[in-house]
Amino acid sequence: MTTAGRLRWAVADGWVMAGRNMRHVVRSPEEIILYFSLPIMFVLVFGYVFGSGMAVPGQGSYREFLLPGVFVMTMLYGLGATASGIALDANRGVVDRFRSLPMARSALLTGRATADLTRAVLELATLVVCGLLVGWQWRNGLGEALVAVGLILLLRLALTWIGILLGLLVPNPDTVGVIVFPLAFPLTALSNVFVAPDLMPDWLGAIAAWNPLSATVAAARELFGNPGIGGDSWAAQHPLPLAVGWPVLLIALAAPLAVRRYRALSR
Amino acid sequence: MTNETSAVLAEGLRKTYGRTPALAGFDLTVPAGTVCGLLGPNGAGKTTAVRILATLLRFDAGRARVAGYDVARHPDRVRALIGLAGQYAAVDEILSGRQNLVLFGRLRHLPARVARRRADELLDQFGLTDVADRSAGGYSGGLRRRLDLAASLVTTPRVLFLDEPTTGLDPRSRNGVWDAVRSLVADGTTVLLTTQYLEEADQLADRISVVDAGRVVAEGTSTELKARIGTDRIELVVRDAAQLPVAAAIVERIVGAPVTVDPEIRQLGAPVVDRIAALADTMRALQDAAVAVEDVMLRRPTLDEAFLRLTGHDVERRDRTEVAA
Repeated sequence: MTTAGRLRWAVADGWVMAGRNMRHVVRSPEEIILYFSLPIMFVLVFGYVFGSGMAVPGQGSYREFLLPGVFVMTMLYGLGATASGIALDANRGVVDRFRSLPMARSALLTGRATADLTRAVLELATLVVCGLLVGWQWRNGLGEALVAVGLILLLRLALTWIGILLGLLVPNPDTVGVIVFPLAFPLTALSNVFVAPDLMPDWLGAIAAWNPLSATVAAARELFGNPGIGGDSWAAQHPLPLAVGWPVLLIALAAPLAVRRYRALSR
Repeated sequence: MTNETSAVLAEGLRKTYGRTPALAGFDLTVPAGTVCGLLGPNGAGKTTAVRILATLLRFDAGRARVAGYDVARHPDRVRALIGLAGQYAAVDEILSGRQNLVLFGRLRHLPARVARRRADELLDQFGLTDVADRSAGGYSGGLRRRLDLAASLVTTPRVLFLDEPTTGLDPRSRNGVWDAVRSLVADGTTVLLTTQYLEEADQLADRISVVDAGRVVAEGTSTELKARIGTDRIELVVRDAAQLPVAAAIVERIVGAPVTVDPEIRQLGAPVVDRIAALADTMRALQDAAVAVEDVMLRRPTLDEAFLRLTGHDVERRDRTEVAA
């Protein structure tokens, strides 16, 4: 087969596998409810419960400051579903069936990434509607808002590959579900999602400003025209290049490692 | 494509997990259009051999060709021509039976419409139409095995690997699987199946290869192997252990074969050719010699005994108190 032919089948197989993963979601309605209730809860709990006691640098409403952070946080927690989905696949006999078929080796992984990104689009759409309902809005026009959404999805793609790698390294779906939270929680706390890094102690603020999540959140705030942008660090002043650079770097690291790990499975 | 007539060819396959050898010079030839049974206990290397031939596992040394292609060099071509079913190659448990079959058809690069039509045909052929839209995870063992087999036949494979296809099935489901395999073979598919059951190999296979410790230790038709394994056995338990030597001598005279004695349970046994005559003669002779018999039975050789005879050790590799009388 020619390289072009292989590539064409790799895309086609990945698409078929993405369809498989999406059918999984459709066949488990309780999972759908969970997917969509979590981000809505984030908006309500953080927006109204914590929001009343939070300060925003400069001025503006805390909920408007918070929403881009919740968008990104939801993307981060999606990593758990990605990791446990891959771990489930790798653990089950069905992966042997896939490996015995004349399909592209990469399709199990790219299919997972495609399906999870599709789900992320739906989650984000839900969150945007919720956000509009609680008073969040984009102030710089639809074009910049779409760029912001694109950057958030780019981060989700990077997190998807990290999730795939994680799921292959810890091939026990139960363990994966447990370890994702302690990994994800400090990452959101040590970022600009809830609190502006300038309001933190210096050393903590520096970590938070350079956090890959912060880059995407800051870039989204800037593009949406939401409050809380800027800061003293170079990272806080250049969120756009970082919001592109971090995810690209993470994909460049995680994707090849995940593919290698997958190939090494059951040798 | 070469013009070899063997559909499966393995030469000196070696595979080691860590320091445990799973295959230690495994040789196998399966002529096209025939059924070969790999018979052996758990851990003999049957599954490892099948996984290597089905391109799932790399091997350390040797040569393997399937459907005319080198497994190591052209795994993609091999995959296009094989089917795999059995205890490990499973189906997607969340999807329905129909969705599974369509999925595997699509991944074999059938157009969507063709894949759906083929799924319907297979559901019908394997009697799965009634459960077609239920999650495969809720299927009974027999239904799942049928779906698994159907999934390996989405496109007619040149070579079909069946890894213990009926382990854990009830007799009716087992017969269903056997019928399906027979009809495939009638259409020209070559089948390599692994089994722990002599009867299964006997029912399906043209030739049987007995696997032990990672290599084929005996090969032949079922009749040839049975001649080596021995025939039915007579076994009896005497009341008084002191009479065992007398009883053994009588049995040996009647059946004309070596007798094994187990003093611990006061039992002796021997292969018999003419079962009923041997039973009647033995009982009469023992009665005449005033040997009190507690229990007597006639039975077919077990896989354990087949192994003992073919490999010189038994399945569990425990030493037994078997003493030639």
